Amino acid sequence: MTETLNKEPVTSKATVPANKKEDTVKKVVIICSKGTLEDVYAALIMANGALADGRDAKLFFTFFGLDAITKSKADHLHTATVGNPAFMPAMPTMIGGLPGFEKFASYMMKKQMDKLDIPNVTEFIEMIDAGGGEIYACKLAADMFKLEEKDFLPEVKGIITVGDMYALADGEGSHFIFI
Amino acid sequence: METMTMNGQQIELNEEGYMKNPAQWSKEWAHQIAGEYEITLTDKHFEVLNWLREKQAEGVALNIRKVGKSGIVDIKQFYALFPGGPLKVSSRIAGIPKPVSCV
Repeated sequence: MTETLNKEPVTSKATVPANKKEDTVKKVVIICSKGTLEDVYAALIMANGALADGRDAKLFFTFFGLDAITKSKADHLHTATVGNPAFMPAMPTMIGGLPGFEKFASYMMKKQMDKLDIPNVTEFIEMIDAGGGEIYACKLAADMFKLEEKDFLPEVKGIITVGDMYALADGEGSHFIFI
Repeated sequence: METMTMNGQQIELNEEGYMKNPAQWSKEWAHQIAGEYEITLTDKHFEVLNWLREKQAEGVALNIRKVGKSGIVDIKQFYALFPGGPLKVSSRIAGIPKPVSCV
Protein backbone atom coordinates (compact mmCIF):
# COMPACT_ATOMS: atom_id res chain seq x y z
CA MET A 1 0.00 0.00 0.00
CA THR A 2 1.70 3.16 -1.09
CA GLU A 3 -0.31 6.29 -1.11
CA THR A 4 1.09 9.02 -3.23
CA LEU A 5 1.45 12.17 -1.30
CA ASN A 6 1.30 15.77 -2.06
CA LYS A 7 4.38 17.06 -0.37
CA GLU A 8 3.54 20.68 -1.11
CA PRO A 9 1.68 21.74 2.05
CA VAL A 10 4.61 20.84 4.24
CA THR A 11 6.87 23.63 5.28
CA SER A 12 9.71 22.03 7.07
CA LYS A 13 11.71 24.27 9.31
CA ALA A 14 13.75 21.92 11.32
CA THR A 15 13.76 18.41 10.05
CA VAL A 16 17.28 17.28 9.46
CA PRO A 17 16.73 13.60 8.81
CA ALA A 18 18.73 11.57 11.29
CA ASN A 19 20.28 9.51 8.51
CA LYS A 20 21.47 12.46 6.48
CA LYS A 21 23.53 14.00 9.26
CA GLU A 22 27.27 13.83 8.87
CA ASP A 23 28.32 10.86 10.92
CA THR A 24 32.00 10.12 11.23
CA VAL A 25 31.73 6.89 13.23
CA LYS A 26 30.59 4.42 10.61
CA LYS A 27 31.95 1.16 11.91
CA VAL A 28 33.25 -0.34 15.14
CA VAL A 29 35.48 -3.38 15.38
CA ILE A 30 35.29 -4.66 18.93
CA ILE A 31 37.96 -7.03 20.20
CA CYS A 32 36.92 -8.94 23.30
CA SER A 33 39.79 -10.73 25.04
CA LYS A 34 38.06 -11.31 28.38
CA GLY A 35 35.64 -14.00 29.46
CA THR A 36 34.10 -12.35 32.51
CA LEU A 37 30.42 -11.58 32.42
CA GLU A 38 30.77 -7.80 32.58
CA ASP A 39 33.50 -7.59 29.94
CA VAL A 40 31.61 -9.78 27.50
CA TYR A 41 28.44 -7.77 28.04
CA ALA A 42 30.32 -4.54 27.44
CA ALA A 43 31.39 -5.91 24.05
CA LEU A 44 27.91 -7.18 23.18
CA ILE A 45 26.12 -4.02 24.26
CA MET A 46 28.49 -1.80 22.29
CA ALA A 47 28.21 -3.96 19.17
CA ASN A 48 24.44 -4.19 19.36
CA GLY A 49 24.17 -0.50 20.19
CA ALA A 50 26.19 0.40 17.12
CA LEU A 51 23.87 -1.64 14.88
CA ALA A 52 20.77 -0.21 16.53
CA ASP A 53 22.17 3.21 15.77
CA GLY A 54 22.72 2.46 12.11
CA ARG A 55 26.44 1.78 12.32
CA ASP A 56 28.35 -1.30 11.25
CA ALA A 57 29.73 -3.65 13.93
CA LYS A 58 32.23 -6.52 13.89
CA LEU A 59 33.20 -8.56 16.92
CA PHE A 60 36.45 -10.44 17.29
CA PHE A 61 36.77 -12.77 20.28
CA THR A 62 40.18 -13.87 21.46
CA PHE A 63 41.73 -15.66 24.46
CA PHE A 64 39.23 -15.99 27.31
CA GLY A 65 36.78 -13.95 25.27
CA LEU A 66 36.25 -17.15 23.26
CA ASP A 67 34.12 -18.42 26.16
CA ALA A 68 31.41 -15.97 25.05
CA ILE A 69 31.03 -17.74 21.71
CA THR A 70 31.71 -21.30 22.88
CA LYS A 71 28.45 -23.29 22.95
CA SER A 72 29.11 -24.99 26.28
CA LYS A 73 30.19 -21.80 28.07
CA ALA A 74 28.43 -18.78 26.57
CA ASP A 75 25.48 -18.76 28.96
CA HIS A 76 27.54 -19.68 32.01
CA LEU A 77 29.92 -16.75 32.29
CA HIS A 78 30.89 -15.49 35.73
CA THR A 79 31.82 -12.22 37.27
CA ALA A 80 34.97 -12.23 39.41
CA THR A 81 34.36 -11.93 43.14
CA VAL A 82 38.06 -12.20 43.98
CA GLY A 83 40.62 -9.73 42.67
CA ASN A 84 37.83 -7.35 41.78
CA PRO A 85 38.02 -4.38 44.16
CA ALA A 86 34.85 -2.85 42.73
CA PHE A 87 32.78 -5.87 43.71
CA MET A 88 31.17 -5.31 47.13
CA PRO A 89 34.14 -3.33 48.53
CA ALA A 90 32.99 -3.79 52.14
CA MET A 91 33.16 -7.56 51.81
CA PRO A 92 36.39 -9.31 52.85
CA THR A 93 38.13 -10.84 49.83
CA MET A 94 38.15 -14.26 51.49
CA ILE A 95 34.36 -14.39 51.45
CA GLY A 96 34.48 -13.90 47.69
CA GLY A 97 36.63 -16.99 47.50
CA LEU A 98 34.21 -19.28 49.31
CA PRO A 99 32.97 -22.20 47.22
CA GLY A 100 29.88 -21.28 45.25
CA PHE A 101 30.09 -17.57 46.03
CA GLU A 102 31.12 -16.55 42.55
CA LYS A 103 28.33 -18.63 41.08
CA PHE A 104 25.84 -16.98 43.42
CA ALA A 105 27.09 -13.47 42.64
CA SER A 106 26.91 -14.19 38.92
CA TYR A 107 23.40 -15.52 39.34
CA MET A 108 22.32 -12.35 41.16
CA MET A 109 23.92 -10.21 38.47
CA LYS A 110 22.14 -12.11 35.69
CA LYS A 111 18.84 -11.81 37.54
CA GLN A 112 19.29 -8.05 37.74
CA MET A 113 20.14 -7.85 34.04
CA ASP A 114 17.08 -9.89 33.19
CA LYS A 115 14.98 -7.27 34.97
CA LEU A 116 16.48 -4.63 32.69
CA ASP A 117 15.49 -6.73 29.68
CA ILE A 118 19.11 -7.55 28.85
CA PRO A 119 19.19 -10.89 27.02
CA ASN A 120 21.52 -13.75 27.86
CA VAL A 121 24.73 -14.12 25.87
CA THR A 122 23.48 -16.53 23.19
CA GLU A 123 20.34 -14.49 22.54
CA PHE A 124 22.41 -11.31 22.42
CA ILE A 125 24.67 -12.88 19.82
CA GLU A 126 21.63 -13.93 17.80
CA MET A 127 20.39 -10.33 17.97
CA ILE A 128 23.73 -8.95 16.76
CA ASP A 129 23.77 -11.46 13.92
CA ALA A 130 20.18 -10.58 12.97
CA GLY A 131 21.14 -6.91 12.94
CA GLY A 132 23.89 -7.53 10.41
CA GLY A 133 26.80 -7.62 12.84
CA GLU A 134 29.58 -10.11 12.22
CA ILE A 135 31.20 -12.34 14.81
CA TYR A 136 34.63 -13.95 14.51
CA ALA A 137 36.94 -16.12 16.60
CA CYS A 138 40.70 -15.64 16.83
CA LYS A 139 42.61 -18.45 15.16
CA LEU A 140 45.60 -18.47 17.46
CA ALA A 141 43.46 -18.53 20.60
CA ALA A 142 41.18 -21.21 19.14
CA ASP A 143 44.24 -23.36 18.38
CA MET A 144 45.57 -22.74 21.86
CA PHE A 145 42.34 -23.79 23.55
CA LYS A 146 41.83 -26.60 21.01
CA LEU A 147 38.52 -25.19 19.83
CA GLU A 148 37.06 -25.81 16.39
CA GLU A 149 34.18 -24.40 14.41
CA LYS A 150 31.79 -27.01 15.83
CA ASP A 151 32.51 -25.77 19.37
CA PHE A 152 31.34 -22.26 18.54
CA LEU A 153 27.86 -20.79 18.29
CA PRO A 154 26.37 -20.99 14.78
CA GLU A 155 26.53 -17.18 14.39
CA VAL A 156 30.34 -17.26 14.39
CA LYS A 157 31.30 -16.48 10.80
CA GLY A 158 34.81 -17.77 10.92
CA ILE A 159 38.05 -18.41 12.74
CA ILE A 160 40.39 -15.74 11.47
CA THR A 161 43.93 -14.39 11.82
CA VAL A 162 45.02 -11.02 13.15
CA GLY A 163 45.49 -9.84 9.59
CA ASP A 164 41.91 -10.79 8.71
CA MET A 165 40.73 -8.98 11.82
CA TYR A 166 42.43 -5.76 10.71
CA ALA A 167 40.83 -6.14 7.30
CA LEU A 168 37.42 -6.05 9.01
CA ALA A 169 38.12 -2.41 9.82
CA ASP A 170 38.64 -1.46 6.18
CA GLY A 171 36.97 1.72 5.09
CA GLU A 172 36.54 5.26 6.36
CA GLY A 173 35.10 6.05 9.78
CA SER A 174 36.16 2.73 11.25
CA HIS A 175 37.13 2.42 14.91
CA PHE A 176 38.65 -0.24 17.16
CA ILE A 177 37.55 -0.96 20.69
CA PHE A 178 39.62 -3.33 22.81
CA ILE A 179 38.26 -5.07 25.87
CA MET B 1 10.27 25.33 19.68
CA GLU B 2 10.58 23.59 16.36
CA THR B 3 7.46 23.02 14.40
CA MET B 4 6.37 21.96 10.98
CA THR B 5 3.06 22.42 9.28
CA MET B 6 1.27 19.51 7.73
CA ASN B 7 -2.18 19.92 6.25
CA GLY B 8 -2.69 23.12 8.18
CA GLN B 9 -1.75 21.54 11.49
CA GLN B 10 1.22 22.76 13.50
CA ILE B 11 3.29 19.78 14.54
CA GLU B 12 5.68 20.20 17.44
CA LEU B 13 9.06 18.55 17.07
CA ASN B 14 12.06 18.06 19.27
CA GLU B 15 15.51 19.12 18.05
CA GLU B 16 16.04 15.74 16.35
CA GLY B 17 12.80 15.91 14.42
CA TYR B 18 10.81 13.51 16.60
CA MET B 19 7.15 14.32 17.12
CA LYS B 20 6.45 15.68 20.59
CA ASN B 21 2.82 14.74 20.74
CA PRO B 22 2.07 11.27 19.32
CA ALA B 23 -1.59 12.26 19.00
CA GLN B 24 -0.65 14.49 16.06
CA TRP B 25 0.49 11.48 14.07
CA SER B 26 -1.06 10.75 10.69
CA LYS B 27 -0.33 8.40 7.81
CA GLU B 28 0.82 11.42 5.86
CA TRP B 29 3.45 12.17 8.47
CA ALA B 30 4.56 8.52 8.29
CA HIS B 31 4.91 8.60 4.51
CA GLN B 32 6.67 11.92 4.54
CA ILE B 33 9.25 10.99 7.19
CA ALA B 34 9.76 7.52 5.69
CA GLY B 35 10.56 9.28 2.43
CA GLU B 36 13.44 11.08 4.14
CA TYR B 37 14.95 7.67 4.84
CA GLU B 38 14.08 6.45 1.34
CA ILE B 39 11.66 3.93 2.79
CA THR B 40 8.42 3.16 0.95
CA LEU B 41 5.92 2.12 3.58
CA THR B 42 4.03 -1.14 3.14
CA ASP B 43 1.29 -2.77 5.22
CA LYS B 44 4.00 -4.59 7.17
CA HIS B 45 5.63 -1.27 8.06
CA PHE B 46 2.29 0.04 9.30
CA GLU B 47 1.72 -3.09 11.39
CA VAL B 48 5.02 -2.37 13.13
CA LEU B 49 4.29 1.35 13.45
CA ASN B 50 0.87 0.70 14.97
CA TRP B 51 2.33 -1.82 17.38
CA LEU B 52 5.00 0.70 18.44
CA ARG B 53 2.39 3.42 18.93
CA GLU B 54 0.19 1.09 20.96
CA LYS B 55 3.02 -0.05 23.24
CA GLN B 56 4.32 3.48 23.66
CA ALA B 57 0.84 4.62 24.70
CA GLU B 58 0.78 1.80 27.26
CA GLY B 59 4.00 3.17 28.71
CA VAL B 60 6.19 0.27 27.61
CA ALA B 61 9.91 1.09 27.38
CA LEU B 62 10.55 -0.03 23.83
CA ASN B 63 13.66 -1.76 22.56
CA ILE B 64 14.59 -3.82 19.52
CA ARG B 65 14.33 -7.08 21.43
CA LYS B 66 10.69 -6.40 22.30
CA VAL B 67 9.86 -5.63 18.68
CA GLY B 68 11.51 -8.94 17.80
CA LYS B 69 9.12 -10.69 20.17
CA SER B 70 6.05 -8.75 18.99
CA GLY B 71 4.96 -11.54 16.68
CA ILE B 72 4.87 -9.08 13.77
CA VAL B 73 8.51 -9.17 12.71
CA ASP B 74 11.66 -10.82 13.93
CA ILE B 75 14.78 -8.72 14.52
CA LYS B 76 16.21 -9.43 11.10
CA GLN B 77 13.01 -8.33 9.37
CA PHE B 78 12.85 -5.25 11.58
CA TYR B 79 16.34 -4.19 10.44
CA ALA B 80 15.34 -4.88 6.84
CA LEU B 81 12.16 -2.79 7.06
CA PHE B 82 13.82 0.21 8.69
CA PRO B 83 17.48 0.35 7.64
CA GLY B 84 19.85 2.74 9.40
CA GLY B 85 18.88 2.01 13.01
CA PRO B 86 15.51 0.27 13.07
CA LEU B 87 13.99 1.50 16.32
CA LYS B 88 15.33 5.03 15.95
CA VAL B 89 13.95 5.35 12.44
CA SER B 90 10.64 3.57 13.06
CA SER B 91 9.99 5.60 16.22
CA ARG B 92 10.40 8.82 14.29
CA ILE B 93 8.06 7.59 11.56
CA ALA B 94 5.61 6.34 14.21
CA GLY B 95 5.53 9.77 15.81
CA ILE B 96 6.72 8.56 19.19
CA PRO B 97 9.75 9.71 21.23
CA LYS B 98 13.23 8.55 20.36
CA PRO B 99 13.99 5.31 22.21
CA VAL B 100 16.34 5.63 25.15
CA SER B 101 17.28 1.97 25.57
CA CYS B 102 20.89 0.76 25.25
CA VAL B 103 19.67 -2.71 24.30
